[in-house]
Amino acid sequence: MRHPLLLLWLLLALEGQAEPLTGQVSGYHLLGEELQALQDDAFANPGMLWVDRGQRAWNSPAGARGTSCRDCHGGPERMQGLAAQLPRWNAEDKRLENLEGLVRNCRSVRQRADPPAYESDELLALTTLIAYQSRGLPLTVAVDGPAADAFAAGRDAFARRRGQLDLSCADCHDRHAGARLRGETISAGMINGFPLYRLTWEGMGSRQRMIRWCNEAVRAEPLQPDTAKALALELFLAWRSRGLELESPAIRR
Amino acid sequence: MTLSARVRLPQQARAGEVVEIRTLVSHPMETGFRVDSFGRRIPRRILTRFSCRYADRLIIDMDLRPSISANPYLAFRFIADRSGEIELRWQGDQGEELIERGHLEVTPA
Repeated sequence: MRHPLLLLWLLLALEGQAEPLTGQVSGYHLLGEELQALQDDAFANPGMLWVDRGQRAWNSPAGARGTSCRDCHGGPERMQGLAAQLPRWNAEDKRLENLEGLVRNCRSVRQRADPPAYESDELLALTTLIAYQSRGLPLTVAVDGPAADAFAAGRDAFARRRGQLDLSCADCHDRHAGARLRGETISAGMINGFPLYRLTWEGMGSRQRMIRWCNEAVRAEPLQPDTAKALALELFLAWRSRGLELESPAIRR
Repeated sequence: MTLSARVRLPQQARAGEVVEIRTLVSHPMETGFRVDSFGRRIPRRILTRFSCRYADRLIIDMDLRPSISANPYLAFRFIADRSGEIELRWQGDQGEELIERGHLEVTPA
């Protein structure tokens, strides 16, 4: 009688008495009431500053041709659904393409302008505006056909231990999701909120910025954006988050 | 990010009604206490003052300090007693200034 109770107590102590998260749980549910309210407030959500700025950038001519996003695409609402399907396979370039890559590509190839730098406000404004058009739509990425190899590589990257702490993504976000780590609850690693406003950053960040932040947290070499491995991992993470509603611009701690 | 604001101003009110102004402004609010990855001090860059004039009266005047987070959200309420212009003004320690204006139409209660 004594032994099972002791074991249970030990298990609870190890897990920090937290409810384990099973399956797909949006990081929204790990926020306090105030931050949930902030995300839901279409006026006060600080991510909306980037949506506003994106709206202005959408209409402004750029590059050697003097064309704006609007000249080709019409209003940003025409982008509805796009962000929920990324990353996707680009048959022409034979590689995965994510939201940032898509915008940068359009800027350099179609508009003949310098592509905005990763994580610059200029790029985040446009990516947030585009993602915002898909708010509420479920994430659905294609992982079969030509994307199958990249998907397998992403699944492998998720499970592979890396860095000085010798941890894989799965160690925390799969096996210990919901447990406590220092002052925080370990998330389930869902990426349905990006680009999102992170209080730690006091600003917006892309999925790839979050991946790099996580890499550094386990003291691993950060995955560089626009590399095959980083994009493959993003594809796998998007598949893990499949069916969750896109929340961009989400608020996270 | 350049200084830009989201502002929600009341357009119409009855005399004596309590109305609310909500503002969100993009600003780094860099405290001056942080260092970059090379150990160099990041210089302070904050908004130092926010004020609002309504029908030629100063109705709120705030000194902002480094502990206020980036992209400050400020909201306040006041009693609408007469029609007039509303002018919101943010001032930063780099000499930057942003002004937003609106008009509040007040009808007798």
